[in-house]
Parts: sequence; C-alpha cells; structure tokens
Amino acid sequence: MSAGQATAPVVDIRDLRVVFATDGGDVVAVDGVDLAVAPGEIVAIVGESGSGKTVTARSILGLLPETAAQSGAVIVGGEDVVTADSRELREIRGRRAAMVFQEPSSVLNPVFRVGWQIAEGLRAHGRVSRAEGRARAIEMLRRVGIPEPETRVDYYPHQFSGGQKQRIVIAMALALNPAVIVADEPTTALDVTVQAEILELLRRCRDEYGTAIVLITHNMGVVADLADRVVVMHHGRVVEEAPVERLFAAPRDEYTRQLLAAVPRLEGGPSTAHEAPSSVPERAAGESKGVVEAAGLVIEYPARFGRKAFRAVDDVTFAIAPGEVLGLVGESGSGKTTIGRAIAGLTPVTGGRLDVLGVDLAAARERTFRPQRRRLGFVFQDPGTSFDPLMTIGTAIAEPIHIHGTASERTGARRRVEELLEAVRLPRAYADRFPHELSGGQRQRASLARGLVLGPDLLIADEPTSALDVSVQAAVLELFAELHAEFGFACLFITHDLAVVDQVADRVAVLYRGRIVEEGPSGEVLRAPREPYTQRLLASLPIPDPVLQRARRVLGP
Amino acid sequence: MAIRKGWLGRLPVIGQLRQSVGLQRGMLVTGLVLTGLVLLTAILAPVVAPYGYAQLAADGVNFGAQKPPSAAHWLGTTVGGYDVLSRLIWGAQTALLVIVVAVLMSIVAGVLLGLVSGYLGGWLDRVLVVIADAIYAFPSLLLAIVAAIMISGGQSGLWSGVFAAGIAITVIFIPQYFRVIRAEVVRLKGDAFIESAKVVGASSARIMFVHALRNSTRTLPLIFTLNAAEAVLTLAALGFLGFGIEPTAAAEWGYDLNRSRSDVTSGIWWTSVFPGVAIVLVVLGLTLIGESLNDLADPRLRTRRRPGPKQPAETSVTEVIQ
Repeated sequence: MSAGQATAPVVDIRDLRVVFATDGGDVVAVDGVDLAVAPGEIVAIVGESGSGKTVTARSILGLLPETAAQSGAVIVGGEDVVTADSRELREIRGRRAAMVFQEPSSVLNPVFRVGWQIAEGLRAHGRVSRAEGRARAIEMLRRVGIPEPETRVDYYPHQFSGGQKQRIVIAMALALNPAVIVADEPTTALDVTVQAEILELLRRCRDEYGTAIVLITHNMGVVADLADRVVVMHHGRVVEEAPVERLFAAPRDEYTRQLLAAVPRLEGGPSTAHEAPSSVPERAAGESKGVVEAAGLVIEYPARFGRKAFRAVDDVTFAIAPGEVLGLVGESGSGKTTIGRAIAGLTPVTGGRLDVLGVDLAAARERTFRPQRRRLGFVFQDPGTSFDPLMTIGTAIAEPIHIHGTASERTGARRRVEELLEAVRLPRAYADRFPHELSGGQRQRASLARGLVLGPDLLIADEPTSALDVSVQAAVLELFAELHAEFGFACLFITHDLAVVDQVADRVAVLYRGRIVEEGPSGEVLRAPREPYTQRLLASLPIPDPVLQRARRVLGP
Repeated sequence: MAIRKGWLGRLPVIGQLRQSVGLQRGMLVTGLVLTGLVLLTAILAPVVAPYGYAQLAADGVNFGAQKPPSAAHWLGTTVGGYDVLSRLIWGAQTALLVIVVAVLMSIVAGVLLGLVSGYLGGWLDRVLVVIADAIYAFPSLLLAIVAAIMISGGQSGLWSGVFAAGIAITVIFIPQYFRVIRAEVVRLKGDAFIESAKVVGASSARIMFVHALRNSTRTLPLIFTLNAAEAVLTLAALGFLGFGIEPTAAAEWGYDLNRSRSDVTSGIWWTSVFPGVAIVLVVLGLTLIGESLNDLADPRLRTRRRPGPKQPAETSVTEVIQ
C-alpha cells in the first residue's frame, strides 16, 4: 500500500496450479492462484493447514518437492520460476527472493560458525574473499540487531537464543539484498515477547531496505501487526484479498468471517466467555482439600556428569480445588509442562511436596499412585502422536477401562466409548477408525474422550490446542467448556496462549523461569496485571485488529 | 495413505508391491519370482527331483562319478557319484529349512531382548548392548564355526545339522534384531502415545507388548529378507569349510562346492557352476526383495507415478536436468 502501484510487481503469480502425487492419488494443493506483490509491500497469506499457503509461497523460490507438478507462471523479477532450469533457479534464489523458515534451530547448520553461514549466500553468487565475507556477515548481524557482531560472528548457532537464531536466519535472507523475502511462519516457534521483536525487525527490513515480504502465518495477531495486504486461502484457492484494515473491519467472504470469529481475543473489557465459573463460589465454601496441592515444589533434571542439575521448577506453590480450571501460562522453558508431567507422575519430583488426589508424589512410588490414575486424565499437545497408530480410536479410548475397570465396566466398554464419542461430538462409527484417518481436531476430541472415559476428578491438558488451526481450536475450546460444565472435573490447563487461557480458566498462574510470578483470578491477572513480567507478556501479544495494534505500536511499550 | 485398503494391502510385501512403480517394481517382482521359484522347488523336491539326494545308483546301475550332462543326468554327476540336478533341488529344501530355523529363532530372541532392553533401560540395557557389540566384533563365520562345533561336534544328520547351522547363524543375527528393535523402542518411548498409556496406568509389560512391540516391527520384513540371504551364504560357507551337513543326511550346496574344488582344474565345470548359480540366485532374489522393500519403506526414496496428465513439458525437462 505504501509503494506506488505503477511499479512492476516483484512477484507475480498467475493461475498457479500445483498437484502432488501421493500414495492416495493426486492431490491438488494450489488451484488457480493469482497474486502480485509490489516492491516494499508486506503481503500476508493466511489460511488453515492444508489451504495451500505454504505451497504457494514456496513456489516463489521453486522449492517444491519432486512429487509436485506445477502449471501457470510464477514471475520473480522478470523470470518465470516454473519453467526456470536449475541454474536460473539458483540465480533467483538469494538474489531476488530469499526465505525465512519457521524453525530457526533446524535451519542453521550446527557445525558451522554463523558468520560463515551468512557468507555462504554471498559465495554462492560470485567470488567473495574470506575477509570480505566476514565483513559483510558482521554488517548483516549488526543490521538485524545482534549485539557485539564482531565477536559473535564466530559463534556457533547453539550459542544463540531462539530469537537471535531467527535474527541470524533473517540476516542470511537479507545478505544478497533480495527484492522479496518469503517468511514461512517466522514467529510460530518463538515466545510472544520474542515474537514482538522479530516482527519489529521484519518491519524494519521493509522500511529501511524496501524489501517486500510474503508472510505466511495462521496467527491473525501477527497479520494485523505486520501486513499491508492479506490474502485468505482456503482449499487451494484465494477466497479473499484485501488491505489489512478492510479485511478485519469488513470481511466479505463467509470463510474469512468464520476465520476471524474463531480468533481468541483478549480484550480490555469484561470477559466474554465466563458463564462457566458459576461453580467457583460454592466450591470455595465447601471443600478445603484441593485435588492438587503443591508446596515448595522443586523439579530438577539431572545434568551430565560433573555439571549442576538443571532446576526446571523452583519452589512453586499452588493448589487446584475440585472442579476448578487453573490456567498455567508461561513461555517456553518456564517449567509449565514439567509441572503438568510431574502431576501425572511422568517426571519425578526432586523436592517439596506435591499432593495429587491424596497421594504425595514426592514420597510415593508408582505402585501406590497407580490405583489413583483412574481419577486422572491427560490430554497431550500433539494429537498426531498421542494415539497408538495401530490401535483403533475405540480401543484407545477404552484402554483406561481395560486397565482399571471392573468386569462390568469392561463389558460395557464399547457403550461407554460410544457415549463419550457422542459427548465430544464425533460419530459413533469413528470408534472403528485408525488415528491417521481423523483430522487433527477430531483426534484432539478423541483425546479428550480418552481423558474423560473414567470420569476423572482431574484433567491435565498440556497445550491441547496449540497444534490446531484457529477455527478448530475455537471448536475444541468450546467443547472443553461444555464438558467441564457437564463432568465437573478439576483441570490444569497448560498453555502459552494468553487469549486461550482467558477463555477457559477460572484462575491463572504465570510462570517465569520455574517460578510463579503472579497468580489470581483470570480476569484480574489478564486485565490488571501487577507484576512487570505479566505486563510485558500481555503487551507483546499482538491484538488481532490492525487499527488497535497500530495505535499501540505508536504509543510504544 | 488416505484410502483404506483391504486386508490384503496391509500384508507386508503385497502392500508394497501395489505401491511400487518402475524400476523398484521390477526389482521387487524379480526378487519375488526368484524366491518363489526356490520356495516351490524346496516344497516340491520329492516330486521334482529325478533321484534322491544321497542316491548313487538307479536300477542297480551306478551313476558313475564326474559324468558330463546327459539325458539320464541333465546336469551331470559329482565326484562322489551323486546326480547334480537332484542335489541342487534337494539343496533348496535344506537352505529353506536353515533360513526358517535361523531367522525365526533370531527374530524371537532379538525382538524380545530389544524390547525389554529398550523399554526398561538401565543396567540391563547397558549389559545387553555391550554383549551385542562384542558379538559384532567377532568375524561372523568364525563364530558360526565355533557354534557349529559346540552344538554338533562338527558332524551331523539332517535336523541336527540344520539346527547347528541355524543356531550358529542365530547367534550372529540376534544383535541385528536386538539393535533395530531397541532403537525403535527407545525412540517410541518418548512418543506421546506411550506416555499417554503410562498416564492411564498401564503396566510396563502391557506398554511393551501392546504398544511398543507392534509399532517397532515396521522394519522387520526388510532385515528378515536381507538376513535370509545372509543365512544362505553362511550355510554355504559352513558347508564349504566342512562344518556343514553330511551328504548322506541332506543335500547342501556348500558341501557340493567344496567337493568340486578339484574338478575345476580338470575342466569339469558342471559340478561347481550349478550349486554356485543356485546360491547366487537365492541370495539375489532375497536381496532384491529386501532392497526394494527398503526403498519403498522410505517415502523419500520411493518413486511415484507422475502426477496429473496436465503436466507441462518444461517441468519434466527441468527435473531431468536436476
């Protein structure tokens, strides 16, 4: 929008069609997409997984696997990538178009110094002396905001943090001053506070060097923060294309409206999703003993010989009352998952006290805890791997019954499984399907069904929706609230997404480096945070509204 | 694999046969045909073979030693006066028996040990891994010879010979199955579905035999075929070195090769060429199956049918260049 429309586009995709050959026959991934990116423009391609957004963006660099057949034209700087041979492709890559990948740790080669890796792009496009390459690498590192680039140019990737690694990947992309950078979910693997910094850096790339950016993301907050124009894709087609303000203010397509409605929001006003916690007052009056009570909990991971053990959880005290949902939020490495695993008995407790369902896990052995396991359910983050791939969904859901159940329960297992499938709104016939025959959202519903099959008193949900698309996430969260109202279990809900925790939790505990920095009713913690860390966390969260987000950015943190 | 296939498609080899195209299909089909022929020969040996494996005379007339191929003896006779063709056919039976015995025993033992070692870990795991590594360090043939001597005292009849060879080969193969299964189980141990079974309260035995076992056996058909080929070679080597089965107890190609050593210099080619070719064909068939299964199991190595008819010509040119 900032650049003049008269100039030739840096990327011009015309009627692109990509077909993949798979074991199950041909799959049309992209079906007639037209897209033009002007110089210095940030175009976001949004859509759910499988919508063809990544394939479209990768076709700009000719990075499709051999099983793909493409037709149409992808013109990058006057050259058609679709028909280019490998020499022409090499010429295009790096010089005219570059790529920033999702996972910075796996993009960087661990055995080479970062300076060498940045200079690699220069070497690929002409002779560069060692001194020149190094000087250029230092300059690139300085540009992307790595402190002390003169010394750190000789560091190896593992000596940088995740956010810094992503900065280095961006530096590699910028090294040859390409006209366009394709950024495939550049912040998905990063924490919110780091995400904010990377988004700022990408914006600076555009402002200072006039680089156009094709941003692929599923995060509407990121879109609102960064993009000029948004392309919404669904089933391989572009369903809507509009400037960012118009798309958020007045979406025209039905699918875009659904997508935007599904985005969880954390707004200043009173909580919208809180009809459920009506049970909170009665519980506070009656029971005194919590389902989970942790006091001075310490969990350490043993280090290699001769090193100090790593303290993942440090002196944490909290309690979960029956029927209550406690949201545990924090960035990666804060110890939130470790706490969840310790409660499930998957990670040994090092010190302090951890009472779960009346058993002190710090002192008890697995044998004494096993009978209590029938009162405990667990929902894992990745629905793809949490089911045995060779077991039908029905068998997997019934497994707790077969392990703990009485004889009568076992004979009624099939009926119970069907009841639960209905409760999580899956067809009964799905009991006979295998996990790979279900979609991610369906699997996560089945996972909820398995967690609830014995009517547990406590459910531990470890990032249950972070692997799902937004619209699927919305449906799963809604289902979760309903099931909670129906079954009345206590729940530890672990997540990094503050907007999600706002929807489901009665109380929130914020973890930072293994310690709880703030705890309280979710409305209070998320709307009137007292601790600086919580405030920073909330400020980093991009608001899925371009106008508000821009206003906030101007004000500055 | 989005489409549901029938039960036939889930069988190890048939499923892959359906998936395969081009050269990989050719390799697999050739391997299957060769192996099928050997299997048929072995099973039908009593019907197909013109004479017994230890038969020296028919109708009271001796065959005679080192006779060239003729109408009565299509492939000639050996230095000991046996019919080459008959010994060839009966030899397939011996080879098959040894493969079955050796591979079955090593699979059962190797898989069990690998499962327990990988899942339980700890000192048991460390000890087993060290033992497996130690066995790797021995020359396999030497180990097989030692095992053969220990089991049978060097000489034997059909079954004791087959078991001696089988057990000797088993000792060499157990570490292979052990390592593969252990590595798979160690990988699976961190998977969410195993943890999920733990959270549910499943016992270690249940996790091992219900969840881990079935998920870790994917690569077994591959090692199975490659090991079967190696078993044939080891058996032949044992026979050639004189640690195999007596000619009167069963036909064995390695023994025949041993006996034909002196024939080669005197221009008698039929006694050595045919057993040699038989060994090569069996090993080739099994290896072809194994190798193509290996390629097919890896989605990156697997070739697929070209997608869609609407493919522009330029694209295919590009790919040829790449």
